[in-house]
Amino acid sequence: MEGTATPIKSGAAGAATFPGSDSRKFNYYDPKGRKSTHYEDMTLDVQPDPDRYLLQDWIINFPDGTPTYSKDWTRCKSVDWHKYRAVDQEWEKTHYQRQSTICGTVQSVIENGRRSGAAARFDKSWVKVLQDHLGAYKHAEFGLGTSLMQAQRYGFTQMINNAILTNSSYKLRFGQDLTLYLGEIGLDIEGGIDKDAGKKHWMEDPIWQGTRRAIEEIMASSDYLEQYIAINVVFEPLVGELFRSGFVLQMAAAHNDFITPSVVSAAEGDYERNLANCVELVHNLLNDQDYSLHNKVIIGEWVEKHAKLAHAAAAQLQPIWSLPRVKVASFPESFDLARNRFNNVLQQCGLPVPAVTA
Amino acid sequence: MSSGLTLNKITAQKGISIAEATSRVADLGWTPTYVQEAETFPTDYKISKVPRDPMKQVLRSYFPMQEEKDNRVYGALDAALRGDMFRNVEPRWVEWMKLFLAIIPFPEISAARAMAMVARLAPGEELRTGFTMQMVDEFRHSTIQMNLKKWYMENYIDPAGFDITEKAFGKCYASTIGRQFGEGFICGDAITSANVYLTVVAETAFTNTLFVAMPSEAARNGDYALPTVFLSVQSDESRHVGNGHSMLMAMINDPSNHLLLERDLKYAFWQNHTIVDAAIGTFIEYGTTNRDKNKESYVELWHRWIYEDYYRTYMLPIEKYGIKIHHDDVAAAWDRLVKKNYVHKIAQFFAVGWPVNFWRIEAQTEKDFEWFEHKYPGWYAEFGDFWKWYGRKSVPGETNMLFDQENGYVYPHRCWSCMCPCVIREDFCVGEVDGKLYTYCSEQCKWTHTVAFQAEYEGRPTPAMGRFKGQRIWEDCYHGWDLADAIKDLGFLRPDGKTITAQPHLRFDQKDMWTLDHVKGHTIQSPLVLIRDMSPADRDKHVAEYRAGFKIKPCNCGNGHHKH
Ligand SMILES: [Fe+2]
Ligand SMILES: [Fe+2]
Ligand SMILES: [Zn+2]
Repeated sequence: MEGTATPIKSGAAGAATFPGSDSRKFNYYDPKGRKSTHYEDMTLDVQPDPDRYLLQDWIINFPDGTPTYSKDWTRCKSVDWHKYRAVDQEWEKTHYQRQSTICGTVQSVIENGRRSGAAARFDKSWVKVLQDHLGAYKHAEFGLGTSLMQAQRYGFTQMINNAILTNSSYKLRFGQDLTLYLGEIGLDIEGGIDKDAGKKHWMEDPIWQGTRRAIEEIMASSDYLEQYIAINVVFEPLVGELFRSGFVLQMAAAHNDFITPSVVSAAEGDYERNLANCVELVHNLLNDQDYSLHNKVIIGEWVEKHAKLAHAAAAQLQPIWSLPRVKVASFPESFDLARNRFNNVLQQCGLPVPAVTA
Repeated sequence: MSSGLTLNKITAQKGISIAEATSRVADLGWTPTYVQEAETFPTDYKISKVPRDPMKQVLRSYFPMQEEKDNRVYGALDAALRGDMFRNVEPRWVEWMKLFLAIIPFPEISAARAMAMVARLAPGEELRTGFTMQMVDEFRHSTIQMNLKKWYMENYIDPAGFDITEKAFGKCYASTIGRQFGEGFICGDAITSANVYLTVVAETAFTNTLFVAMPSEAARNGDYALPTVFLSVQSDESRHVGNGHSMLMAMINDPSNHLLLERDLKYAFWQNHTIVDAAIGTFIEYGTTNRDKNKESYVELWHRWIYEDYYRTYMLPIEKYGIKIHHDDVAAAWDRLVKKNYVHKIAQFFAVGWPVNFWRIEAQTEKDFEWFEHKYPGWYAEFGDFWKWYGRKSVPGETNMLFDQENGYVYPHRCWSCMCPCVIREDFCVGEVDGKLYTYCSEQCKWTHTVAFQAEYEGRPTPAMGRFKGQRIWEDCYHGWDLADAIKDLGFLRPDGKTITAQPHLRFDQKDMWTLDHVKGHTIQSPLVLIRDMSPADRDKHVAEYRAGFKIKPCNCGNGHHKH
């Protein structure tokens, strides 16, 4: 006997009705909300898991017996690592759109500023601050970016790893933004900007050694969540924002600099998103059905360790506030704001405030 | 006013040169002095030279360039829908995309993860931007492919199979061959996996077949979406090839690396051959309806890209550094494709196992036979009857091909190394590791498991080398199961809970579709379990018989369901 085929001329949806002909949604995961988001469709279960659909288990191990992905790569625990969703819902299209828009904005700000001769009108004392200290700070951003690049290998799900990956992408872009910006305005400034000064200060100036130490501690951690949390929950509010918002954005205008704030504030926008992503993950871990207490202890330890380092780093930055000619912002005020911000982030997460900033 | 003077030139400002920009960006790195970074992904290689960045790019120009590429892709997808692409698309082709697109996003994102492993190994930070771009590129590839798959699901006549895609990837008896491709990039010795296997071999040699040959065939089948996406993906690949080559050059001058490099180039080449040629070869030769005799066959493409471009142009020149290249394996792979019918036998394997797949495979027809015979003389004598049987057995109520005794097909062993079926019977072999018996598709794959992936290589300790683990033989998972129960357990059912997701035909009509009732009563057996249970004498006899091969019985059944 033969199947009598109904000749169907079209390969388009709806050309025929048969079992499954209207099954037009990815149906192997539970969306977080009522309906699946596009981000969820692009992301969920792409990194497989033997507890879900990986029938044959991981097929390669490291020589010590650790499989391709391991839950032991962080001290935190979770009953369901797949629950997490990045708040910014980023996938490739949105990521490139956002990054590209920032690149365009930053570049046109710089171009327009240069065209109007803006950099030549910067206050002399301010130019030196940019050269030495914004120049030093760009290395901090780079160190955060490379730490996150390392961390995105270790998470147990695609959602976590992609959130860390985009965070890394933002940080590395910003480190380069600052580098190229300093190079470009240097062309318009009499006497130029010494391209090696920033790194020299980063490596040797006592003002920056606390920051460098804090960053190196993050780089050296082999717990990817310690890295991710130390960066977004601790270092960013206590040191990153303190320098970017509490110093550069406050002081620039008073020194005839209207360009640097635009370049630097892109990083504030990046941080808002990365902070939200990170806080959501911390929130999940602290409300885990089985491991909430365990996670609270572990994350608490990390926060305390890195808060100590970041707090010391922040305190060492104080002399920078007295370098510009016009002192529109005071270090104690900015530092207070940073500490408050940090304590707020901890409160949002549901974490205790460590002694050092209490 | 000189004609060369444009508004752009008048307003353009002097900037820093790209060379200056990249050198400043590379200087962002420093050697930590307070705390040392842990060596988290070790390697047995020594990298003492600073790898050079051949691409000279900064992120500021990268992101807008990539966004522009994206805009073209998404614009083309919209245009394809406006042009009613799916009315004229060939379902035979789109069905195979259910398999291809289930496999590929995981290897892609694994490549992004691999950047973590190589980025820290090399001294200096010159290549960091290259690695960063590749990391973000691979994130792009993985999610843009998920997007394409969703788009097919929403617009193609039969969405079943797309709807379970990532679940299916982890479970299917065919997608399992893509598993090494992915985990192989990110587990074990960091250079073996993230540099040699991923970049030097998979990306440099084999992405052309994936991302250039596939799109051409897609277009011949009325699919204009896949070319748009995959040519865009491929356009990132030269950057990745550049990263891989720089890393290679940073290690190659150190003779202590040569032994390991020889090992890894051999392992990676052979596995890329067994896996990529199995999958992409089948998609291109069997997933198409275009039988233009003037187009290049898969082996002709292979000769150009793998033999000429990779082997002769890329690999041979590195012999001058004192590296022994695996010449014999290149010749052997070529013979397997041309003389031993590797692709055709794999296609046969995918087809007989259709119930435990999740897409439709229809029979090849007279028109296909003619093309195959033209491109692969002798094809008809060996495979013609098989596809006639397949057509005949595509009707619900017939005995499923896997268990049908009439046609003479003998189910193959699996290879413990590459996880592909051991379809070239004469190349089949067995080996022992730690007192356990394993089966392999070839001597090269046996070597990979028994010699290469071990703690010592030719007397040299290799403490960073990975190990093969897991349930690498798919059939082991369902040994002794009834076929219907296995399908239920796999979840390869349509929403009515009884119609099977896969079908052995393209008839989009409920009355032609197989349900669980049509397949129950047959027991799946793992050839590995069976061979391990044999006495040594029986085993030798079995191996000899297996290597002798089988013959498909003549199918005196007209032309299957195809009426002329
Ligand atoms: Fe890729
Ligand atoms: Fe790639
Ligand atoms: Zn094999």
